[in-house]
Amino acid sequence: MLLDADNISKTYRGSVREVRALENVSVAVDAGEFVAVCGPSGCGKTTLLLVAGGLLAPDGGTVQIGGKDPYAIPANERALFRGANVGFVFQQFHLIPYLSVIENVLAPAIAVGGEDRRERAEHLISHFGMTDRMHHLPGQLSTGERQRAALARALLNKPKLLLADEPTGNLDQENAEAVLKYLAEFAADGGGVLMVSHDDAAVQFAQRSVRIHAGQLVTA
Amino acid sequence: MSVFRLILREVVHRRTNFLLVLAADTIAVACLIGAMTLLSADDIRTTEILQQRQEEVDAAGKALEDEIRKSMTKLGFNILILPGNQDLHEFHTRGTLSETMPEEFVNRLAESSIVTVNHLLPQVTSHVEWPEREVEVILVGTRGEVPIMHRDPKKPLLEQVPPGQMVVGFEVQKKLNLSKGDEVTFRGKKYTISETHAQRGTSDDSTVWVHLTEAQELLGMQNLINAILALECNCAAQDRVAEIRDEIAKILPGTQIMEVGPPALARAEARNRAKKEAEEAKAREEISRAQQQQQREAFAAILVPLVIIACAVSIGLLTLTNVRQRTAEIGILRAIGLRSLQIMAIFLGKSLLIGLLGAGLGYLLGFVIGVAGGELPASWETATLLFDPATLVAALILAPCLSGIASWIPSMLAARQDPALVLQEV
Repeated sequence: MLLDADNISKTYRGSVREVRALENVSVAVDAGEFVAVCGPSGCGKTTLLLVAGGLLAPDGGTVQIGGKDPYAIPANERALFRGANVGFVFQQFHLIPYLSVIENVLAPAIAVGGEDRRERAEHLISHFGMTDRMHHLPGQLSTGERQRAALARALLNKPKLLLADEPTGNLDQENAEAVLKYLAEFAADGGGVLMVSHDDAAVQFAQRSVRIHAGQLVTA
Repeated sequence: MSVFRLILREVVHRRTNFLLVLAADTIAVACLIGAMTLLSADDIRTTEILQQRQEEVDAAGKALEDEIRKSMTKLGFNILILPGNQDLHEFHTRGTLSETMPEEFVNRLAESSIVTVNHLLPQVTSHVEWPEREVEVILVGTRGEVPIMHRDPKKPLLEQVPPGQMVVGFEVQKKLNLSKGDEVTFRGKKYTISETHAQRGTSDDSTVWVHLTEAQELLGMQNLINAILALECNCAAQDRVAEIRDEIAKILPGTQIMEVGPPALARAEARNRAKKEAEEAKAREEISRAQQQQQREAFAAILVPLVIIACAVSIGLLTLTNVRQRTAEIGILRAIGLRSLQIMAIFLGKSLLIGLLGAGLGYLLGFVIGVAGGELPASWETATLLFDPATLVAALILAPCLSGIASWIPSMLAARQDPALVLQEV
């Protein structure tokens, strides 16, 4: 099992009120599996993704990534573990604006070193059809190109698990399909993908899907 | 990809923020270096002025000393060492000395370790008739200076009159119509006039000088003298005369000492006064310069820390602005695996880089201000004089430390940002 999030609960405690974002939600992703989590905005999808990715500790339940609980290790080790094992793709791409495409793709190498990083980055850029955009800044790219660059960055450290938060939310249909195909391709190659989306069309690319409503799993 | 490359790329991307922080750092360093350079220039100028004053004091002293030396030569004696039984009333009323002492006394004095006397001239003196010219003169016999044995030889103040020659005073020369080279007969002995003195307005004008031995023969005083003239005694002050008296009394007991030549003393006192005034002027200058220096140091002691604190606050605020601008970036960097220390290193590294550049630029700016605005002339020589490599090294160490400390809290805030919160918000 690449990801096993079991019985996860998470409550945001503000000064005025509490928001129960997740309540006993469980989701698992196996190797070679593309799982979609769908539901309306504000239902807790992104919270689930952050908890699953080792970025947000749950109030209840356990998370295992490749059999290891990221919340059982110190914060700095967890960051390193995350960098080596989990790739993130976001709706807003979150490319660093002053770095070129190749530099953005290479950014995870700051955290997790390794040999042949440059070759792998160039290979990924080529794979996503952006060789001619390698030295361009994010501001000079189309939205589809930005998301492909973000995908390439997520894959640099050869993670087993890819977590995608509304990866097609800002893309046109053509680019959205291209990105979803890449995610499916990653799963087909033996990786695991957990995608959250409110777009039913995007969910169609997943092998299976779960639905969340008001922080609770409603459909399996 | 490295943290350093990330820093450089960000610096180029957000130039305005970078330049503002750099300006704050540069101003802080320039202010400090400028103040230090100005104070250093002031120090050097003070030393120069005081050195100049000292040279003026020395020159004034030397000039007066030279003048006094010459005037003492013309005026005659400072100290007369007389036989103990000499009636001073006779000397004061008639200007003659009737008592004698052995000529050997002068040798004893010269061979002693006397320190208060510089030149010794044994002499005989007497009012005599110049029968061949029917005129009364004061006859002085002198053999020139007797060198003081334990001293380095000094240039004689008076040249001795060689045997067979005569030096005549102004009135004698005028009355007898004598000139240099004339042959005269004095009390049956032939002399050549070797020198005629200009008018001195003293008894010297009525004096003739011959060699000591010849005078002793003429007066029947072989191996006897009337007095020893001690020239250029260290007798500028009255109490020094007492010292000389004491010292001579130990070597030549039974003699007496008389101070002569009050004008010389007056000149010596004038010299001392001039020297004292010059020294007081120098001391006043020293005090004035020290007060100015203290005022500048006090001003710098308030201004420099204020500017540095203001610059440090500016650096901190600008770094905080930079952290806020980069919230999303921090979130994604944390998400892709960067540890909090690496996030901190990104911000502190930038601060250190700015600090290093600020140190260089600030040093240059402050140094130029210090050289151009200081009391020394703005020139390459002044720059070379004021340049201190240790200060440059200190600036290169302290400025990065200053910007590092100033941006420490914003960097900590960046490192402690919760990536989940950031990624949910943006």
